[in-house]
Amino acid sequence: MIEVRKLVKDFGPIRAVDGICFKVGKGEILGFLGPNGAGKSTTMKILTCFLPPTSGTAIVGEVDVRKDSLAVRRKVGYLPEGTPLYSDMDVLGFLRFVAEVRGFRGEEAAAAVDRVMASCRLERVRHQSIDTLSKGFRQRVGFAQAILHDPPVLILDEPTDGLDPNQKHEVRDLIKSMGKEKCIILSTHILEEVEAVCTRAIIIDRGRIVADETPEGLRRRSRQHGALQLLVEADGAAMENELAELDGVEKVTCEALDDSKLCRVRIYSSADSIPLQPVLDRLAGKKCPVREVTLLKGSLDEVFRSITRKEGAAA
Amino acid sequence: MKNFWVILKRELAAYFNSPIAYVFIIIFLMLSAGFTFFVSGFYDTNQADLRAFFSWHPWLYLFLIPSASMRLWAEERRSGTVELLLTLPVTLADVVLGKFVASWLFVGLALFLTFPMVFTVAYLGAPDGGVILAGYLGSFLMAGAYLAIGCAASALTRNQVVAFILAVVVSLLFVLVGFGVFTGILASFLPSGLLDLVAQLGFITHFDSIQRGVLDSRDLLYFLSVMGWMLAANVVILEARRGE
Ligand SMILES: Nc1ncnc2c1ncn2[C@@H]1O[C@H](COP(=O)(O)OP(=O)(O)OP(=O)(O)O)[C@@H](O)[C@H]1O
Ligand SMILES: [Mg+2]
Repeated sequence: MIEVRKLVKDFGPIRAVDGICFKVGKGEILGFLGPNGAGKSTTMKILTCFLPPTSGTAIVGEVDVRKDSLAVRRKVGYLPEGTPLYSDMDVLGFLRFVAEVRGFRGEEAAAAVDRVMASCRLERVRHQSIDTLSKGFRQRVGFAQAILHDPPVLILDEPTDGLDPNQKHEVRDLIKSMGKEKCIILSTHILEEVEAVCTRAIIIDRGRIVADETPEGLRRRSRQHGALQLLVEADGAAMENELAELDGVEKVTCEALDDSKLCRVRIYSSADSIPLQPVLDRLAGKKCPVREVTLLKGSLDEVFRSITRKEGAAA
Repeated sequence: MKNFWVILKRELAAYFNSPIAYVFIIIFLMLSAGFTFFVSGFYDTNQADLRAFFSWHPWLYLFLIPSASMRLWAEERRSGTVELLLTLPVTLADVVLGKFVASWLFVGLALFLTFPMVFTVAYLGAPDGGVILAGYLGSFLMAGAYLAIGCAASALTRNQVVAFILAVVVSLLFVLVGFGVFTGILASFLPSGLLDLVAQLGFITHFDSIQRGVLDSRDLLYFLSVMGWMLAANVVILEARRGE
């Protein structure tokens, strides 16, 4: 539904987007990740026809953004970064305005507004001036505005920015519930959000795509992924050598925890599976009680940092 | 074109949702009456026409109209709503015209509210209704020209004060060209043919001629084309400076 072809955007001497290519289909929820200034918002502004690309192009719902911007804008619902809203209007008036611009008239407009007010839980602030809304409600009004015409393509720039955990959860549920029939791109700095809602993640750094995978796949890139973590009552250094001898163990790290005689052992394996039983046997033989065993999944945070920093060093 | 009306409606509501509308109208009414009665000595001239009243309009508009137009685009830029607006399925022409016409209607309302002046002259004598009507028409057209300049100035910046100052400066040029004193200075070094041409570019020449009650299509065309050019400039500026 969205196809981005060698997209480049320059702001004077700054190259904000540097030859990005990707495709997103119906039913996908794509998470855009990347450090500040990576070019996420700029890419989204091009997809929504706010900014023209310097070169390259994007096809949104079979329409080229360079050729028929009006048709693209009809198909897209967009929540710009920072949720700009007309603060002199009340919620009802604002949504009504958007409905009318989107071509709804009279009863139809009223019905569309009522529908989004219900799904974004805005009834309580129906007549409140946008000026006086709390951040969470502002965000929901922005979201309501974006989905008002039930668009096939939804582009959300940091949709959960500044929301409390409950509201984040609500917005994510809303996005997920719409994910089936739509094509959604959202940007975020919250990596757990990507795991919670996205079917795919793209990491952008300095205007280039540095990773394009499922959240699971990204996590698999983590060094921690699949490692075994044990909390053991023991003296670290001695054990490190002890365990490293075992078959299939590639590397062992031990870290004494300050507040007890506990020691955190991480075992990295070269094989597909960690030799758990031999490890436990060895520890039992040494009379070291094991307090806790965890199989690490790896964190997206770590992957994110290693990918974007590595790229930084190369430049 | 449908969206023109939607934008127009929103912009009109925006005027009346803010105190600017009321402050503008009150100040406009007070100043126009104040200048007419106290500075021009309306009663002393003892003439049953609105010359004294209209002759102040170019100067009132010079400072008041930029205050009515400075918000239009600068505020959209400052608050980022321009991104919201221009990613909705609207054409630039619809938005630019919608905003302009809304502000024109708003200023038209302020102008309309000076109607007690008409009763005053009617009380003083037997005024020529046609001339008064022409005066209002000229003033309204001239207001449109000032507003169009103000709209274009507002599109250039995200700062309302800058938009105001820009609009005043550009409008001042249009006022001075063809204004007595200034024409005198130009006359000292321009040949008279050129001088006439230059005078034709100013507001006052055309406004005066409409005010006399002669509706010359050239005068109407002049104001309409100033509006047209300025609104076209507005579109070009928006297109060129979208992301900034
Ligand atoms: N209007 C503009 N003029 C000049 N430079 C700009 C403009 N807009 C963005 N940039 C630059 O383009 C680069 C990318 O910005 P962009 O807003 O796309 O980043 P981002 O990935 O959205 O970052 P963040 O996570 O902070 O939102 C930045 O270096 C920014 O300074
Ligand atoms: Mg951004």
